Amino acid sequence: MARTKGTLEKESGTRAHGSGRPGWEERTLRPALEKNPERDVRFTTVSDFPIQRLGTPEDTAAMDLEKDLAGPGEFPYTRGIHPTMYRGRLWTMRQFSGFGTARLTNERYRYLLSQGQTGLSVAFDLPTLMGRDSDDPMALGEVGREGVAIDSLADMETLFSGIPLDRISTSMTINSPAAILFAMYVAVAEKQGVAIEVLEGTIQNDILKEYIAQKEWIYPPRPSLRIITDIMSWCAGNVPRWNTISISGYHIREAGSTAIQELAFTLADGIGYVQAGIEAGMDVDAFAPRLSFFFNAHNDFFEELCKLRAARRIWARVMRDRFHARDERSWKLRTHVQTAGCSLTAQQPYNNIVRVTVQALAAVLGGTQSLHTNSMDETLALPTEEAVTIALRTQQIIAEESGVAGTVDPLGGSYFVEDLTRKMEEAALDLIHRIDAMGGIVPAIEAGFPQREIAEAAYVYQMQIDAGEKTVVGVNKHTIPAEDDHRIPILKIDEGIEKDQLDRLRALKASRDAAAVSRALEALRKAAAGKENLMPRILDAVKAYATVGEICACMKTVFGEYRETPVL
Amino acid sequence: MTSAAREAQASGRKVRLLVGKVGLDGHDRGVKIVARALRDAGFEVIYTGLHQTPEMVVATAIQEDVDAVSLSILSGAHMTLLPRVLDLLKEKSATDIAVFAGGIIPDEDIPALKKAGVIEVFTPGASTRSIIDFVHQRIRPRRG
Repeated sequence: MARTKGTLEKESGTRAHGSGRPGWEERTLRPALEKNPERDVRFTTVSDFPIQRLGTPEDTAAMDLEKDLAGPGEFPYTRGIHPTMYRGRLWTMRQFSGFGTARLTNERYRYLLSQGQTGLSVAFDLPTLMGRDSDDPMALGEVGREGVAIDSLADMETLFSGIPLDRISTSMTINSPAAILFAMYVAVAEKQGVAIEVLEGTIQNDILKEYIAQKEWIYPPRPSLRIITDIMSWCAGNVPRWNTISISGYHIREAGSTAIQELAFTLADGIGYVQAGIEAGMDVDAFAPRLSFFFNAHNDFFEELCKLRAARRIWARVMRDRFHARDERSWKLRTHVQTAGCSLTAQQPYNNIVRVTVQALAAVLGGTQSLHTNSMDETLALPTEEAVTIALRTQQIIAEESGVAGTVDPLGGSYFVEDLTRKMEEAALDLIHRIDAMGGIVPAIEAGFPQREIAEAAYVYQMQIDAGEKTVVGVNKHTIPAEDDHRIPILKIDEGIEKDQLDRLRALKASRDAAAVSRALEALRKAAAGKENLMPRILDAVKAYATVGEICACMKTVFGEYRETPVL
Repeated sequence: MTSAAREAQASGRKVRLLVGKVGLDGHDRGVKIVARALRDAGFEVIYTGLHQTPEMVVATAIQEDVDAVSLSILSGAHMTLLPRVLDLLKEKSATDIAVFAGGIIPDEDIPALKKAGVIEVFTPGASTRSIIDFVHQRIRPRRG
């Protein structure tokens, strides 16, 4: 536990005129505390990690500056993966968006690109994320609500209509059915006449964190990992600039983990994918450079930026020393960051703009490669265009007005920052070693270990908020009566969207070559039961206009379905 | 007071709650905290787990003889799924099972949900204490 009150523990062997921290504490701090005690709070991060009163040279004395820090662009990349960082190129400003039908989302994309956004990020609706068609009984009420509804290649063609896929990079937040949606993207590129080897983008494709946190699964872990290694191997040969997995801590944090759990479970997932790739017979350097990461940026400014610095250092060492990668690109942890949705409040929603600003600044000072800033209204509904624009402007102000992009890793060498980075690294490594001792992340997930740890942390945090030990402005402190609160406009999803999408799906099923669909699905089923790479078969199926739901149902007949034992 | 209610009161039967997730929505952070807080407050809590249909929720509620159903929806499908649960309870003549809800539910949807029979809606920022107090005040054991 941290030093919690405005008192100072007796340090043995210090003299009033000693040097360094003990000297300062005796000489200056003690009399000051006697006169003015510190605030009566526990000084911890938002994750309850103890923090120091003051960083001093003692904290970094044991650090090997060459080995632990080095320069930007140098192993272990604590100070960033590029030598010039944002002096060379600003981070990619990538706002996640999608809602309703492919046509509506296509309009939003064209708007965002016209506003200076430099990449697209596709949000799919829940049925698509779960591998179900819009006409599935479980899809009732969900079609187009949280993202765009994509049932078949026809929808994907509409989604990217008029957007040249060789000139943008696209990130798709899709996991269990990732291979299918990615195959559709490839098919759209081919139809546009774009050579697929130039395609740039990312599929999230991180199934392990689904079992841990986000809970959008279809098949059990082991066949899911086979699909992922098939994607990694197919991309290495065909779409070499595509990021095949975005190993995501974001959802782990949103589910209520601490920053250290986010760091540890995310890197443990990464270790799981690398292990699976090697076991599938691939050379580590053939696929590891295309793995990327996705972290959360919560409210605690220093904890967040230190988390990113620690993540890079741990990953570089894991890749070089544990997996013996020789290609430098395999050592570099490239990451996207999104500000923390779970930190936003429905109360006094304009305050969210300020939270997002602080979080975004932490992500930038932590050295992120791309960033999504949440809109102030996202705790109420999908964002309005106005709210999205403010969120994007927040990034542009940080990038072009604040001056922080002008110096590489400006906080590097700060006693406090280096010390917190090291402590978070050590705490995360402890957790990773516990997972290793369980046989790796898959057995740990099967035993419910990360799930339980996160549920516990989420509960503790909520109890701290309810007890007023942790502050959420506008919720448990500095509140105003609900009737005086600001009303902000809310985006309404038109009820007609579900019907439009169902009509579209019905028309597609009536017009496609049903025999070709059956043939493609049968070939896919055989491939799933055997060992051949699934990607070419999935591509054939999407080109025959088989739907997401049909392709997933076909693979389910071979792979089965995952069922969770809920833990409270 | 019915004889069953008298019996329940006499036996001090605990309030039994079904806490669950309907639809494809996988956001279970809140629902698990609520389930645990209600259990720690002394209620009998049955947690459904994820991906329940309205039919499954109603069947479990009747089979487990609960006094109330508490549903969490963060996906925006509340205007479809909650009325469906209430209709099914009506069909099964089980309208004495109370329904309350929580999640990302815009204020302007709440009057319509209450009119449909949802007795309370908790929105982001609600404390576990306010939910526990609500159950103490509004939910009674139906029968012994």
